[in-house]
Amino acid sequence: MSSSAAASGTAEETKTLVNDFSVEIATVNGSGSQTANSVLMRTIFQMGVPVSGKNLFPSNIAGLPTWFQIRANAKGYVARKHDIDLMICMNPETAKEDVAKLPSGALVIYDEPLKLNELRQDLVFYPVPFQKLVTASCPEPKLHKLVKNMIYVGVAGQSLGLDMEEVKKAISKQLNGKAKAIEINQAAVQAGFEWSAANMPAQTRLKIVRDDKTKGQIIIDGNAACALGAMFAGVQVLAWYPITPASSLSESLIDYADEYRKDPATGKSTFAHVQMEDELASAGAVLGAGWAGARSMTTTSGPGISLMSEMIGLGYFTEIPGVFFNVARTGPSTGLPTRTMQGDVEICAKCSHGDTFHINLYPGNMQECFDFAYMSFDLAERFQTPIFVVTDLDLGMQNWASQPFKYPEGKFDRGKVLGQKELEEIKDWGRYKDVDGDGIPYRTLPGTPGGKGAYFTRGSGHNPMAQYSEKPEDYKQLVDRLRAKYDTAKAWVPKPIVEDTGSKRGILAFGSSDPAVKEARDRMKAEAGMDTSYLRLRALPFTAEVDAFLTSMDAIYVVEQNRDAQMLALLREFYPQFAMKFKSVLHYNGQALDAQTILDQITAFEK
Amino acid sequence: MTTTAPSAPTNKLGMTKQDYVGSKSTLCAGCGHDSITAQLINAAFESNLEAHMVGKYSGIGCSSKTPAYFFNQAWGFNSVHGRMPAVATGASLANRKLINIGVSGDGDSMSIGIGQLVHMIRRNVPIIYIIEDNGVYGLTKGQFSATADLGSVLKHGSVNELPPIDPCTLAIELGCGFVARSFSGDPKQLNAILKAAMAFNGTCIIDVISPCVTFNNHDDSTKSYKNAKDHDFPLHELGFVQYSELENVEIPAGEAKVVTFPDGSKVSFRAMKEDHDPTDRFGTLKLLHEGIEKGEFLTGLLYVNTAKPTIHDTTHIVDTPLVHLDQAALKPGPEALAECMDALT
Ligand SMILES: Cc1ncc(C[n+]2csc(CCOP(=O)(O)OP(=O)(O)O)c2C)c(N)n1
Ligand code: SF4
Ligand SMILES: [Mg+2]
Repeated sequence: MSSSAAASGTAEETKTLVNDFSVEIATVNGSGSQTANSVLMRTIFQMGVPVSGKNLFPSNIAGLPTWFQIRANAKGYVARKHDIDLMICMNPETAKEDVAKLPSGALVIYDEPLKLNELRQDLVFYPVPFQKLVTASCPEPKLHKLVKNMIYVGVAGQSLGLDMEEVKKAISKQLNGKAKAIEINQAAVQAGFEWSAANMPAQTRLKIVRDDKTKGQIIIDGNAACALGAMFAGVQVLAWYPITPASSLSESLIDYADEYRKDPATGKSTFAHVQMEDELASAGAVLGAGWAGARSMTTTSGPGISLMSEMIGLGYFTEIPGVFFNVARTGPSTGLPTRTMQGDVEICAKCSHGDTFHINLYPGNMQECFDFAYMSFDLAERFQTPIFVVTDLDLGMQNWASQPFKYPEGKFDRGKVLGQKELEEIKDWGRYKDVDGDGIPYRTLPGTPGGKGAYFTRGSGHNPMAQYSEKPEDYKQLVDRLRAKYDTAKAWVPKPIVEDTGSKRGILAFGSSDPAVKEARDRMKAEAGMDTSYLRLRALPFTAEVDAFLTSMDAIYVVEQNRDAQMLALLREFYPQFAMKFKSVLHYNGQALDAQTILDQITAFEK
Repeated sequence: MTTTAPSAPTNKLGMTKQDYVGSKSTLCAGCGHDSITAQLINAAFESNLEAHMVGKYSGIGCSSKTPAYFFNQAWGFNSVHGRMPAVATGASLANRKLINIGVSGDGDSMSIGIGQLVHMIRRNVPIIYIIEDNGVYGLTKGQFSATADLGSVLKHGSVNELPPIDPCTLAIELGCGFVARSFSGDPKQLNAILKAAMAFNGTCIIDVISPCVTFNNHDDSTKSYKNAKDHDFPLHELGFVQYSELENVEIPAGEAKVVTFPDGSKVSFRAMKEDHDPTDRFGTLKLLHEGIEKGEFLTGLLYVNTAKPTIHDTTHIVDTPLVHLDQAALKPGPEALAECMDALT
């Protein structure tokens, strides 16, 4: 049984990777592996080791292959690791490929009947009689399929040195206190653990050792973080249509609001949510609610944004607030609906026909998902326009460790809204007059009494008094003011995070690319003595800090997760004078970005 | 507040009829849509409608331009083609006290916007939704719409070979609580229907045959003034008495069927063509289908059901309009965030 492990010997020759390796688990979708994988990840987290988990799932409810990648890293690098150190093969269908892609020396835990040890000589194989163990540990045949996955948690846990008490805690947490399920799963883990201790050759290559780096941290996904931000921002109307990877943002919000936004006296909610018939309708309801004075939002992904684009143009042209969360997935079309991509940069920047530029926010971590979601409502109302919060599947649906969020103190910014009193004092109010010279007019809300303030909102040409107009000068004045308003936003949106090391070799990235960029920069410095400066973009429009960074760098590597260099296209448009400095670092295969990809491409440019 | 001579009659709010008008219409002279606008103004004046509480919505089309021509003191929203129902839905959620009036066309509602209309009815968004039905796309110069009758002929000769969609049977099928049909050339009936709709709480679908004098008013058109006049069969003589007027106007018992709205207003139906019960859904559908087979269009308040929950009930929102809630009511405190964070450690 352990012959292959003994024969290979590779493990003994390599040094032990402590708190610094990756595990990939190949299973079948719908087999309950999600719980097992989360328990593994959570246990490492509870042992104080920085960890990230990425679920690579198919667009399918049950039956198709799925993978889960866990990366533990003491230094806190949580981007996907390019190479897998331990593979757990539970899916016969993909097992051969799963083994074929491993780097030499990797460990493989596999279901014994698959006989994977015959495939390669340079790996360390650990066959496990899963079926036997399941039958022995779980009396209910119905549950065998689910419980089988918990066995590998026990086997791998024992081998990697996980603390079984922490595993048990992780199970109760994951199963939310359901006593029966907890008992069954713990029995399975225990069976795996005991079998492994008695039968599996001990390995010294990969180990988890208790640390204290995750103390006080939370584990959350970006969608839940955005949902919390929206709830604390007092969102009043959610109109949405289900789409992966955005659905769980709305669903989390509905759950949170159920808990925290009900009037205790009546049990009625201060938050309305409607699952609309499609994205055309979601966008319409967002605008209707924003027009009437509510904080409104929707959640969607690329196909939905495409459908919404006519409405978004209406919102931009008629100046109505609304927040559009776009959790991007791999497009175009249905694309890879359960894989990640920064593929909607351009459509969100310019969504709709005619001349349009929108304010976009790009959170790069969990705290920012929360903060930017909160802030987006202030910005939407301040600028009376649709705002995009752009994340992606990697941020939105994967689990990330984070410091607990800080409470957003202070008052909501409800923007320039005139009530009855103010209207009485103003002589000749016009809905679209630029009174303050910042491009932002004053609005009124339907239902304001006093007989003043009514106006007509129209998607056709209008003058500052909101009257229909096709006059060339009225049209030009209007679209020029909208552009001026966009420029005003430069002083309001989150500034980029700039790390100027003195190096004139700059990297510009945004959103979910951040962890991989950080790691790549450290590695380039350590391995090749190559220093870089870094600007992490957090919003559109580009701010003065972006101008300064681009001006001061000799070369700028723009890192993004799409084929067409969409962010670079925007940069070229706004900064044609720097066109020669830009170099594109691209990643677009549906997987999350990893440091190696960035490092390889930049190194090739530097040769 | 009033701009006309002091002698002009005022309603209970002290408003004159002039206070309910809008900008000057830019539609073709004789367009049916303008007659509907006129009746909206009359009905609002007579119903003491608080204009500042009105949200006027529309899609795109000649019909959809008309919200600019009534209620200058109301807030208007001319949105995109066929997508006004969602806009009104959002506004109604934000401020449940708004009185919503939507004006659409047969193209706007029965083609590009049919999905949104269907779902607005299903959710029972409180709105008076008027379909100004001329069987053509007026604004894009006379193409057939989906309400054009089979065999109907366009001005330039093309014949419609597809069956029409009837907005009223569709609305009743979907469970709409207030479904009416009228004719822009019958101001009296339209006035009564609009006033009844103003007292109703829920989606009101009102299909108003409204001839397009420019593209669809020739003798071979089924939506011409002549054809509409010849084939219009009012089901009943409608009476509407607002709750506040009930003391002065008594409905004679036994003569008519009377439906009482939740606000206390009463609608009376005195049978003309048949003894039709407007609360009988299956009976109404049967009657309408028979009418369609015979080439008649039956007008009146076809179907009423005052007992349906609205979107405000099914979303379980607070009674105060959401837009009137302040930050204290909308933003949970630090202890709520701490609790959420604890659950995630
Ligand atoms: C998305 C979109 N497609 C097409 C049009 C062009 N368009 C404007 S009005 C109209 C039809 C209007 O017909 P109807 O609703 O019956 O109104 P009517 O003019 O007959 O009153 C069309 C197709 C548009 N404005 N928007
Ligand atoms: S084209 Fe027809 S629908 Fe349009 S305004 Fe003229 S008559 Fe009315
Ligand atoms: Mg029409």
